[in-house]
Amino acid sequence: MSKTLFDKVWDTHVVRKIEGGPDVLFIDRHLIHEVTSPVAFLGLKSRGISVLYPERTFATADHNTPTINQHLPVADPLSANQLKALESNSNEYGISHWGLGHQKNGIVHVVGPEYGITQPGATIVCGDSHTSTHGAFGAIAFGIGTSEVEMVLSTQCIMQPKPKKMRINVNGKLGIGVTPKDVALFIISQLTTSGATGYFVEYAGDVFENMTMEGRMTVCNLSIEMGARGGMIAPDQTTIDYVKGREFSPKGEAWEKALAYYKTLKTDPDAVFDKELTFDGSKIEPMITYGTNPGMGMGISQDIPDAAHAEGGAETYAKSLGYMGFSEGDSMIGKKVDFVFVGSCTNGRIEDFRAFTSLVKGKHKADDVTVWLVPGSHIVESQIKEEGLLDILTEAGFTLRQPGCSACLAMNDDKIPAGKYAVSTSNRNFEGRQGPGSRTMLASPLVAAAAAITGVVTDPRTLIEELV
Amino acid sequence: MAYDKFNTLRSTAVPLPIENIDTDQLIPARFLKATERVGFGDNLFRDWRYNPDNTPKPDFVLNNPIYSGKILVGGKNFGSGSSREHAAWAVYDYGFRCVVSSFFADIFRNNCLNIGVLPVQVSPEFAEKIFAAIHADPNTELEVNLPEQTITLLASGDQETFEISPYKKDNMLNGFDDIDYLQSIKPEIEEFALHLPL
Ligand code: SF4
Repeated sequence: MSKTLFDKVWDTHVVRKIEGGPDVLFIDRHLIHEVTSPVAFLGLKSRGISVLYPERTFATADHNTPTINQHLPVADPLSANQLKALESNSNEYGISHWGLGHQKNGIVHVVGPEYGITQPGATIVCGDSHTSTHGAFGAIAFGIGTSEVEMVLSTQCIMQPKPKKMRINVNGKLGIGVTPKDVALFIISQLTTSGATGYFVEYAGDVFENMTMEGRMTVCNLSIEMGARGGMIAPDQTTIDYVKGREFSPKGEAWEKALAYYKTLKTDPDAVFDKELTFDGSKIEPMITYGTNPGMGMGISQDIPDAAHAEGGAETYAKSLGYMGFSEGDSMIGKKVDFVFVGSCTNGRIEDFRAFTSLVKGKHKADDVTVWLVPGSHIVESQIKEEGLLDILTEAGFTLRQPGCSACLAMNDDKIPAGKYAVSTSNRNFEGRQGPGSRTMLASPLVAAAAAITGVVTDPRTLIEELV
Repeated sequence: MAYDKFNTLRSTAVPLPIENIDTDQLIPARFLKATERVGFGDNLFRDWRYNPDNTPKPDFVLNNPIYSGKILVGGKNFGSGSSREHAAWAVYDYGFRCVVSSFFADIFRNNCLNIGVLPVQVSPEFAEKIFAAIHADPNTELEVNLPEQTITLLASGDQETFEISPYKKDNMLNGFDDIDYLQSIKPEIEEFALHLPL
């Protein structure tokens, strides 16, 4: 029978099917961090059980960590306590632990691929919803709750009903200044935040085929924001070139065996999806969000839609715009920006910093904007330095912080103050996501760069045209 | 973690007719720093419930004494956002055993089922009926019957059935969780692991 890419990977990992219940799914690689794992370890202890395959789990500290002065002790006692718990639990059970200060430390979804933990055709889970990032490699990757973290630790399995399948095709040539982030925000704006709930998405079409791995990761990362459990892209030569030779990638004979498996990882021509959507990539503009969920996004040159066109009911819509301090029909161009955040597992990779730097080169940071540039990992940080980007950034008045989740979820000190506006390359614009009372506009690194040098929401295309 | 068995729940309900209630509202990230599962109920809907100076906001429904009960009725797409199980813990620890909505986000629903909160998905029309009934009379009682898979507005007798997989239903009725099950098939898992492609 014809199968989709998703079916192939899923079916390969089903240990047992339960009549009238979920499948028991084997998990190849498990990533953990300090926030969602401590209670899972407590659970193991209270049940008197152990970790079945410690070599399949990898721990990194990222959600809580400071992004300056990482060599100093962590000041917040609660954060310090969580970091210590991750370390002692990892040590106790023999799990690789990349804590603060470790060369491999960084955002879990950035370091996973960098070290080859992420593999095509693997099942990957983590107690963080943006685990969907790893789907860029043709893996089934999704976020889980703490109870499930405990299940994976103790049995390397979780119990999941098989989701429905959706394919999203985007073809055509992307316009100038349109990045993978814009493609993703565009798709979410079309589907709404719940439009893909119950589905696992496969992205197909030449727009994704022509993307780098970094771009594909950005797209798959945002799958969860339309309610999908995850998204994936069939592995191709771009994927194989990225994976080959990384520290935890298969080597020698195992690599040959893996390659043979990777080659099987594509949807059969006549396989059927429960839902299929197609968009024209050439119609996508640089995007920005104006509301309090990622589905409330629009082309940057458009006006904020009126309630009649809004999904979610007039009351919810009014609450959302009220929180943001915006009105129906407003243009976003020219809105005041107080903070710019470039980072997170959505846009904290080298390509994102290259894009940001390309636009600010030879210009200067706007005086009344605070800009936080936070690399996703130490590898990204070193690349920024080695490629000479840091010099350009310094010249333009910017500084670089140290790796971590930072203002993406504002668990550390990197909080946007109440009432202030941030253009953020992260993934959620929920009320208070970036700090109590913060107001977030999600956008690409190029839109972030344009805001950082002008101090207001600016269409990056106008600045690119200036450059040409 | 073990939770109380769920059979039939008869209770008044707290209405929250807002759509897309996300996990950052259920429990803001700054309250995720615990290493034990304690105190999450106090921070459920923290920023809607309290002012920055920690005084309660009188117009938020949880601070309104006329509404109470073990059932929370939310708007469409309840629990969207992060995978933090803490959101479901906050709901449970506050004292809710059941959340009713016309649509749930996937991971949140899953997390609820794993920790003993019953997510009951009803039709949008039935959700409207419930909201209207509670607004007309805050003492309106709902009955959620898990064995029969029904939810009933007791005063009017209006009723709908809801879906839950037989496996999860059995777990809920007995207070079991998936870890118990997985432990019991460990030899099969270890055998399976020997034949993986990667
Ligand atoms: S950067 Fe944000 S979304 Fe990504 S892992 Fe960290 S907190 Fe989660």
